[in-house]
Amino acid sequence: MLTAFAILTDGLVYAAYLFMVAIGLTLIFGVMRILNVAHGSFYAFGAYGAATAVGIYTTLGLPDAMGFLLMVAAAMAVGVVLGLILERGLLRFAYGKDEVIVVLVTYAVFLMLEDVIVLIWGPGSYGAYQPMIAAGNTEVGDLVLSNYDIGLVLIAAALAALATWSLHFTRYGRILTAVIFDREIAAAFGINVTVVYTVTFIIGAALGALGGAVMAPKIAVTLGIGVEVIVLAFAVVAIGGMGSIEGALVGALIVGLCRAAAVHLVPQIELFVIYGVMALVLILRPHGLFVRAQPRKI
Amino acid sequence: MAAVAGALAPDWIVSLATIAFANALAVLGLVVMWRAGLISFGQALYYCVGAYAVALTGRWAGITDAFILVLLGGVASWLIAAIVGFLLARYREIFFAMLSLALSMILYGGLVKTESLGSTDGFSISTPTFAGYAPHSAAMLQLSLYWLTLLVCFLAALGVGAYFRSVAGSLAAPIRDNEIRVEFLGASVTRLIHVKVMIAGLLAGIGGALAALAIGHVDPNMAYWTTSGGFVFVTVLAGSSSVAAAFIGSLLFESLRSAAFDLMPGLWQITLGSVLLVTIMFLPEGLGSILVRLRRRSSAKPS
Repeated sequence: MLTAFAILTDGLVYAAYLFMVAIGLTLIFGVMRILNVAHGSFYAFGAYGAATAVGIYTTLGLPDAMGFLLMVAAAMAVGVVLGLILERGLLRFAYGKDEVIVVLVTYAVFLMLEDVIVLIWGPGSYGAYQPMIAAGNTEVGDLVLSNYDIGLVLIAAALAALATWSLHFTRYGRILTAVIFDREIAAAFGINVTVVYTVTFIIGAALGALGGAVMAPKIAVTLGIGVEVIVLAFAVVAIGGMGSIEGALVGALIVGLCRAAAVHLVPQIELFVIYGVMALVLILRPHGLFVRAQPRKI
Repeated sequence: MAAVAGALAPDWIVSLATIAFANALAVLGLVVMWRAGLISFGQALYYCVGAYAVALTGRWAGITDAFILVLLGGVASWLIAAIVGFLLARYREIFFAMLSLALSMILYGGLVKTESLGSTDGFSISTPTFAGYAPHSAAMLQLSLYWLTLLVCFLAALGVGAYFRSVAGSLAAPIRDNEIRVEFLGASVTRLIHVKVMIAGLLAGIGGALAALAIGHVDPNMAYWTTSGGFVFVTVLAGSSSVAAAFIGSLLFESLRSAAFDLMPGLWQITLGSVLLVTIMFLPEGLGSILVRLRRRSSAKPS
């Protein structure tokens, strides 16, 4: 019973993390048809930015509660700047090329950004555990849960709700749906598709950085964190269906729970199970769980 | 020419060239698929299978003959490709890339957690022999492996060249342009792609086997997506128009990597990324297109 509960909570926490990384990736793919390998770099930049912010913050000795907000703000700012530079400076020249070619462009960007991280932050590793400790723990029966983890799940849930709401009920969301449905017709009706692309990419980049920021206190912020995250995010997005936000949520839950079950029951197959599920879903439903053949995506 | 050059060149160049040509086989496999518009982000699967097949036969059966080992590595990955191909052949574009990525990561995940095979550290391979001949010195061993790699590459280049000229091979570009028309010609696109997946798997497996022998060690990173990414990188660099370009591209890539690593250790990924970007933007057909253009120009000249 205790194991089942532990699997559930661990799975939810891991799913929250996966969802936050995957939502930006799936948004960018849904709107722009770009499978963005550089998303891993956004995550890494977010984590590093957050670690720096927490470092400055703790040296100043300010109250704990604001630390988290500052961390998130710093990471999102990094994401916005990075997204803007990439989209305007590079990606817009690659539109209209083959989808697979654009993947390679973002792969090149990913390689370059890995070194940029070393140039800015050096090869050392950073800790940003202060917010996690400040949040404290809650005991549920025999199980000790970190309040930070509970917060993470709540943030992810809020993010999912916010994304769904803004997509269906706001002006920008409807414009986005129109662009996804048919770019050219949307342009013919007076939507400035160029601006929509830029804004979407920036939002996606900021979301990737946000994922890195909220995870920073839980991990050691070190080189190569982006490399690992990007394949995980790919797995989540492929399971849910590329471009679908509901899909990203369900994909994150599936992967999160499967991994948690594997870790608690058969630790040897931890990684195996994630990609096993991905392959299985792709075999049964090539476009993922939430995407059908018609172009109604996101 | 390359064989003589190997005997004269310093050790580090020989070992660099051996790895480069071994990897070029995996790249050649990707080129076979790329001609039909397919790109795989999981070619490391076959590469790693080939490498581990060599390592495990050496370990369990005690076979050290390089010819047999390389053959076994190729057969093992060919078998995997033949099975996996039934699945992969139904997919196109990004889904093909993603599914192959998933499959290679499954192998990675399995190997990382297998303690008996050294987990993340992998394990070492015993020194190979060559049809009864056991090289005495490290330099001779390196040279023998280099010659073996050259021989295999030569055969592979001939084979792939013949495949490109065959009917099945020349249907690659039509598949890329319009599959339905190919079906209407009476050919099964699924089967054609299955064959391509098998050829690519076989080549990558042989490449992995040779690389494993040359390095003397195998580890799960051979199946990680960054390895596949490297192969894709060289494929783009080389382009799909020429067989020779795969080898030149791979040699160039390894030299570029070691040069960038020596000269600017902190900047080598930036260098690689920039080269990739410049290639995609300004030379979308890759280095091979230059080769083809040169060849055309020389044949157009009145002799």
